[in-house]
Amino acid sequence: MSFAKSKFHHKNLPVNDLGLTYRDYEGAISTLCAGCGHDSISAAIVHACAELSIEPHKIAKMSGIGCSSKAPNYFLNNSHGFNTVHGRMPSVTTGANLANKDLTYLAMSGDGDSASIGLGQFAHVVRRQLNMVYMVANNGVYGLTKGQLAATSDRGVKNKIGDTSLFNDIDLCVMALQLGASFVARCFSGDKNQLIPIIKAAIAHQGFAFIDIISPCVTFNNHPGSTRSYDYVQEHVTARAVTDFVPIKEEINHEVPEGKFEDVCLHDGSIMRIHKLDANYDTTDRFKALQDVERHKAKGEILTGLLHLDPTAQHYHELNNTTDTPLNQIKQDLLCPGERVLSTINDSFR
Amino acid sequence: MITPTINDLVIRFANTNGTGSASANNMFAKAIMRMGVPVSAKNIFPSNIQGAPTWYEVRINENNFLGRRGGKADIIVAMNAQSFNADINDVTNGGYLLYDSSKQLPEHLIKENINFLGIPISAMCLKEYQNPRQRQLFKNVIYVGALAALFDIEFDVLKTLVGDQFKGKQKLITPNIYALELGYQYAKNHFTCPLPIKVERRDLIGNQIMVDGNTGCGLGAVYGGATVVGWYPITPSTSVIEKFASYCERLRIDPASGKKNFAIVQAEDELAAIGMAIGAGWNGARGFTATSGPGISLMSEFLGLAYFAEIPVVLMNVQRAGPSTGMPTRTQQSDILACAYASHGDTKHILLFPDSPSECFELSALAFDLADRIQTPVIIMSDLDLGMNEHLSKPFIWNDKQKYDHGKILSMRELDELEHFGRYQDIDGDGICYRTVAGTHPKKGAFFTRGTSRNRDAVYSEKSADYVDNMQRLERKFATAAKLVPKAEICSGIKNAKIGLVYYGTSSQAMLETKHLLQDQGVPVDLMRIKAFPFDNEIEKFITEHQQIFLIEQNRDAQMRTLLCTELVLDPNTIQSILCFDGLALTAKQVVDDINDVLAQQSPEQEVG
Repeated sequence: MSFAKSKFHHKNLPVNDLGLTYRDYEGAISTLCAGCGHDSISAAIVHACAELSIEPHKIAKMSGIGCSSKAPNYFLNNSHGFNTVHGRMPSVTTGANLANKDLTYLAMSGDGDSASIGLGQFAHVVRRQLNMVYMVANNGVYGLTKGQLAATSDRGVKNKIGDTSLFNDIDLCVMALQLGASFVARCFSGDKNQLIPIIKAAIAHQGFAFIDIISPCVTFNNHPGSTRSYDYVQEHVTARAVTDFVPIKEEINHEVPEGKFEDVCLHDGSIMRIHKLDANYDTTDRFKALQDVERHKAKGEILTGLLHLDPTAQHYHELNNTTDTPLNQIKQDLLCPGERVLSTINDSFR
Repeated sequence: MITPTINDLVIRFANTNGTGSASANNMFAKAIMRMGVPVSAKNIFPSNIQGAPTWYEVRINENNFLGRRGGKADIIVAMNAQSFNADINDVTNGGYLLYDSSKQLPEHLIKENINFLGIPISAMCLKEYQNPRQRQLFKNVIYVGALAALFDIEFDVLKTLVGDQFKGKQKLITPNIYALELGYQYAKNHFTCPLPIKVERRDLIGNQIMVDGNTGCGLGAVYGGATVVGWYPITPSTSVIEKFASYCERLRIDPASGKKNFAIVQAEDELAAIGMAIGAGWNGARGFTATSGPGISLMSEFLGLAYFAEIPVVLMNVQRAGPSTGMPTRTQQSDILACAYASHGDTKHILLFPDSPSECFELSALAFDLADRIQTPVIIMSDLDLGMNEHLSKPFIWNDKQKYDHGKILSMRELDELEHFGRYQDIDGDGICYRTVAGTHPKKGAFFTRGTSRNRDAVYSEKSADYVDNMQRLERKFATAAKLVPKAEICSGIKNAKIGLVYYGTSSQAMLETKHLLQDQGVPVDLMRIKAFPFDNEIEKFITEHQQIFLIEQNRDAQMRTLLCTELVLDPNTIQSILCFDGLALTAKQVVDDINDVLAQQSPEQEVG
């Protein structure tokens, strides 16, 4: 069901470089449950894209199947979107990206979509270093089919009807780190101050950016005993750093204080400023990130924030040496070798 | 004196796979073609890389009967000890067995009814070459040289072929010609040359080429403007992508930057492979993938999405014997129903049935136009025989005046002029709607593509009326497709025959011979080759206008008959099936025998002819 949203807005809403307000980046009215973490993610995406002044029609929204994958309908109405099949969003996004490398690919997936049915496609799109933002709305539960345990549920937790998760959980951030993703972050959908700058940085990053977003399911996984409920996550979340995103046009006025801050320059010249809460924090060290995630988990904590960033990594089109013009815009005269060449080819078979 | 048989023979090469025999055998077949004589070659190979028996059968026939002849061979070159006993029994009465006589043949193997031509090939190689690999490879070249003497093949033709084959590798030319000469001289000196079965120069080839169908498909995709490929290796389709890739490396590199005007991804599986092709089609590039039976099963969910979401995509299915792994290196036409109705729900897909490498090229290039025009998957239905064997074929044809038809895709200017855009509005009444791709217009044309039901403006809807409206429009679109796909090829006989033979794909190779054999016994037949699904009007007309219809298929379950009867609402009794599903290419003899059996069972009153 989609309802018409009022286009009315306050006349003094701030406009971005394109003269658009954040309302120009909104989508249809959400039909997700009231209080669903996914709606906060949609809102964060709206603000990130508006603040970055990205032309909405240069964004493609990609998703698979599930509550998470419905979400792209609820942001960026002026962008094309593709709600594909369960667990196969990565391959469709790969094809779309090969066809037109100049768009920004914002992909929404869920724990079922990425950690179960689509685990293979998830792993391979990481390997492929596709230039995209891959967001998983992780609530540890199957929402659309009413509350079954997901592969990201922690071992030993019970779902709403009392089934216990008998097996180890799959941590998609750990997998992404192991498979060589060049941008890996974990966020909490309830913390927009953390989420928005990280989404912005992921968009600015040229390469595969993965954000696992703990996004509680109010209906099926918000009960006592759940490790993905709002209360549990709020009590157990921890961060090693506070990330801020400084767009290319804004000058950085303050000197970076020694030791506690780190500025990382992204491809387009924008800056990620990282305020370190932990002195040993180092975005470039993939192995340390792996250890940190696991160590916090062992303590029952959820480590959030930017976990790893390699701004020098090459993405798919650089590895493939694809031509500069998007493939969907190359004309017939360059694609078709023509009659004369064909007669030479025919001769080679005589 | 025996009258020699000229330009009508079957020779079978029995080799061990992985010994380099393929290129020598191919040189033999090509030499026949260069002497102006029609020839066909079929590789019968195991699903194995090294050490198992493999056969290469060449049929030489100046009447252009180039389907498999079937039965025993006139001459077998028996180079494989493993299959030697069986090979001896596969020689026709009075035929020949060419074998390596380096070791003496055990007495019990000698048969009276065939002629043994022993050449000490291994011993010759041992003496002439030091390198073990050369000793192996030149064995093959030596027997080709001997065959030249035995069949009276012009030695100069072979020499030129060697020169062409090793162009740029001059060092290899002389030793190869030397090996040919060794075999040639040995045969001349030890046997009565030529044999009573021999080859004589003709001028029957014209501008034809000799090539495999997968090359046609791969090259057709280059000419058709494909830029994005997702694929997963599977016999017998792998070489479609390999050929596409190798032609792209030659013809699709931007001369200024050295960068690629294409992107090929070897996917993690077939699901991802077609997912990529669909992603490309959604975004306005021409994407395709190639696979075989098991891959079709895996791609089925995605085919349903592409059908319902109306995404252009081309899928090349090089069919093999199934189900499951079946016989992965043997041919069949057994994915007809699986492809026509692939996926859950009500789905129908466009199928194209090429019958030659030239048509593989033509239909592959056309498939991209059809997919864009009709906004739906188009499946090329090739098979292992067509895809992997070299066939004498019309040349690949392209006309520079041909312009790609991208169908109803709106540009920025067109969107500007449009008051309202609704992705699924059937403005022209043909069931095909206007589409947009991302990045075209800053304010207009954006919509959400989905596999779930939606209204004409692409807004999610679970209203029954919206769903039914959409499904009925898709049906209208499929009816439009019937007018756009290639028409059946109909070949009427001398007088109006009462019997019609219907077939598709590679079965056509046996049909010229079938027609002649039947005509010789006083049974004239008309022929119709189905080239596409959905079926055009001519197909129903041909079936209803003939008193008796035989439908020739290479599968067990008469799948095309089911499709015809369902789609055209025909009584299944109006069509009699001739079925061949042993994994080998169809023979005319088999078809004629089966037809004769049916005719013999009919009472005289019913008899037609």
